[in-house]
Amino acid sequence: MPTTINLNGKPVTVNAAPDTPMLWVLRDHLGMTGTKFGCGAALCGACTVYVDGVPTRSCVTPLSAIAGKKVTSIEGLQGKVASAVQAAWDKAQVPQCGYCQSGQVMAATALLTKTPKPTDAQIEQAMQGNLCRCGTYGRIRTAIHDASKQLEGKA
Amino acid sequence: MSALPISRREFLKVTAIAGGGMMVGVNLGAIGEAEAAAAAGGVENAWIKITPDNKITFICHRNEMGQDVHTSLAMLLADELGVDPRKVTIVQAGSNPGLYINKLLGGQITGGSTSIRDAWEPLRQAGAGARTMLVGAAAAQWKVSPGDCKVENGVVTSGKNKATFGQLATAAAKQPVPKDVPTKAKGQFTVIGSNIQRLDGADKARGKTVFGIDAKQPGMLYAAMQHSPVIGGKAVSFDASAVEKRPGVKKVVNIGDGVAVIADHYWTARQAADAIKVQWDRGPSAKVDTASVWATLDKAKDRPGYVAGKKGDVAPVLASGALEATYMCQMLSHATLEPQNCMTLVTKDTIDIWAPTQFPQGAEGTAAAVSGYKPAQIRIHPQFIGGGFGRKLENDFIAQSVAISKAMPGVPVKMIWTRPEDMGHDFYRPPSLHVMKGVVKDGKVAALSAKLVSPSVTSRAFPSAVKDGNDPFMTEGLANFTYDIPNMELRSVIEEVGVRVGYWRSVSNALNAFATEGFIDELAVSAQQDPVAFRLAMLGTQPLQKAVLEKAVQLSGYTATPPSGRAFGVASMECYDTHAVIIAEVSGTASKVKLERLTVVADAGVIVHPDQAVAQLEGGVATGLISTLRSKITFKDGAVEQTNFHDFQVPRMSDVPPIQVAFIGNRDKPAGLGEVGVPLVAPAVANAVFKLTGKRIRALPLEDGGVTFA
Ligand code: FES
Ligand code: FES
Repeated sequence: MPTTINLNGKPVTVNAAPDTPMLWVLRDHLGMTGTKFGCGAALCGACTVYVDGVPTRSCVTPLSAIAGKKVTSIEGLQGKVASAVQAAWDKAQVPQCGYCQSGQVMAATALLTKTPKPTDAQIEQAMQGNLCRCGTYGRIRTAIHDASKQLEGKA
Repeated sequence: MSALPISRREFLKVTAIAGGGMMVGVNLGAIGEAEAAAAAGGVENAWIKITPDNKITFICHRNEMGQDVHTSLAMLLADELGVDPRKVTIVQAGSNPGLYINKLLGGQITGGSTSIRDAWEPLRQAGAGARTMLVGAAAAQWKVSPGDCKVENGVVTSGKNKATFGQLATAAAKQPVPKDVPTKAKGQFTVIGSNIQRLDGADKARGKTVFGIDAKQPGMLYAAMQHSPVIGGKAVSFDASAVEKRPGVKKVVNIGDGVAVIADHYWTARQAADAIKVQWDRGPSAKVDTASVWATLDKAKDRPGYVAGKKGDVAPVLASGALEATYMCQMLSHATLEPQNCMTLVTKDTIDIWAPTQFPQGAEGTAAAVSGYKPAQIRIHPQFIGGGFGRKLENDFIAQSVAISKAMPGVPVKMIWTRPEDMGHDFYRPPSLHVMKGVVKDGKVAALSAKLVSPSVTSRAFPSAVKDGNDPFMTEGLANFTYDIPNMELRSVIEEVGVRVGYWRSVSNALNAFATEGFIDELAVSAQQDPVAFRLAMLGTQPLQKAVLEKAVQLSGYTATPPSGRAFGVASMECYDTHAVIIAEVSGTASKVKLERLTVVADAGVIVHPDQAVAQLEGGVATGLISTLRSKITFKDGAVEQTNFHDFQVPRMSDVPPIQVAFIGNRDKPAGLGEVGVPLVAPAVANAVFKLTGKRIRALPLEDGGVTFA
């Protein structure tokens, strides 16, 4: 059954069962593997995408729930905030294995979009759902503060 | 940790590339004549390729799982070759143990914190040799002496003459291969010790890195499994009638330890696999539960075991009345964020495998055993690893994938596990019981005995390496004991408990350090001494270890008399040739403890890539916190009770305190780092908790002992 969504700014029609999680629609049906599978149960954040701008766990979001909605994946992440976040990630040399990092970058960009100058507590609250098994949390924190400063400077 | 050492000498091997350019490697010239003959047969170790398009390729023989091995190894090469490491293209090597063996481990393995130590000499020699030949070619062309040529950033110059490595490579391949090119000494490095950005970092922040689970091939199908509820169980029969006709389902296969569904899409395969009715023979471990595991270990604790370290005579001193304690570490899952997965394509003559693996040689051997194909017919394509920690040294998922794909010849099939499958079918960190005895006399330790009782990973994984009851990986943390104690006996006892155990980042160093560093703290208390002073007094013969401890004390602000509601805990050890100390600072109350800060100081010799060396210790500490805080694996009726990250909790952002890292020392070779951050976290935190609360917790995870970490 074809379902149409708006993915990264373009309409895309997918032929998949309506209960297929968005994660597998992206990774398997559309071949976009930047979004990761970690837990399948909304416990790790590796699969984070935006649905109408809101960070969403794609592993538990069926295709039927996003018909006609705007979906952004790491491949389509762009804009001032995203660029600042990724530049800060490069500067702080955040990734180790890197498997969680798509989700971390998505979550951090969403945080800074809503809260341009987050406190440590706000960072913790926003990022708590994104596991990093390699333990890059300290650098994630540093990078978010740094991106916030960069964005402030440019504003 | 050189458990499986082999002795070889390397010599450079350079060949011309058919289309132009040079290929440089190291022949692992064996000591034995037969092997020398084989090497003379022209087996080259392709490590570096320089082509006329001025592309410099490093065929990286170790696998990248976050530990920075691609960048750090490229830096070793680049420093000698005379190029910018950021201009080096990394290609991941396949399985070729003859060429890519890890001499410290005796196989083509990425593990044991050995990658840099193993490559330090040969890889730099390869770079220096190639540079010498490139310079030789330039000098011949310009009719100048090689001594009049300079190399910078991949360009050779002499006066007005100038040529890139690419321009020189074809001619350089014909230059005589130099013997024993001197490599740079400490102080001459230009790349080593600098902080370039990781070569794989930018892609990882943009979702562009291709991990094993992301690998694609044209016409690829997916496979999902229903696993036996108990590891070691078998599918006796199954009824797939409800799913066989579902659209997209291609095949249902019983591969023994589970039933697999092959389908056109992952979700189709996954749902079908879940819907199959399987009759299980739950196998030999069907009755294992957590209580039986500990009862089995407890029964073995009086066995003598293997003596890993001995000095003086402990018996008479201990007989005079010893302090005794038992320590325990619960089982753990590796919980790599990337679940196990593997894609295999089986054809009439070949097998291709795309997998996140730390052990390409093992993957090849496993595939050969499962398929009946010869190793020469099998090609391993190792991918970026989304977390290894020892889990991806195992080849169970490779074997499954080959068995599945054999049923679907000519089609690449990718098998992906779920998180519950991953957590329930791991090779767990072994449960460990530690029997500790010690005597303090005149404020000093007069005798110490330590005995580790645990199942042996090596007996399963590399049985020939276990001799006379000695699993050389179980003595880690004992054989490398640093304290000078007049009467000492350190033992390990192998006792199987019916659980499949595996190497878990830092292996037995972590188990033994929790017990020894906790118990040394207890002895300090009984001697009424400050735990730092008590340790320093026993490190007279270990100046490097002593210096690290002193530095950690200074950096952490350690004090024996902190204000009320605050406390410090210390732990110290040598592992992987590195001297390390962790000091934990905590605050709070008897029941609620906050980790304020962890200070890590290490003497790890030459630091190749300082920023990422720090990252390894930060990451090691986070891994150490898994075992320390609240995670454990338990069994009931043979099955693992934990299924996902809600009941096996790995640290989240709020669980990891600020970590400060410092390196000291002046040695002229690198030591190991990948695992060093792990073992000392638990004892340092436990010792700090004792100081804060008066509660001595001798079992991991600490939250089982009545404290909560805020
Ligand atoms: S895979 Fe979706 S939250 Fe873990
Ligand atoms: S970088 Fe490996 S899980 Fe985060």
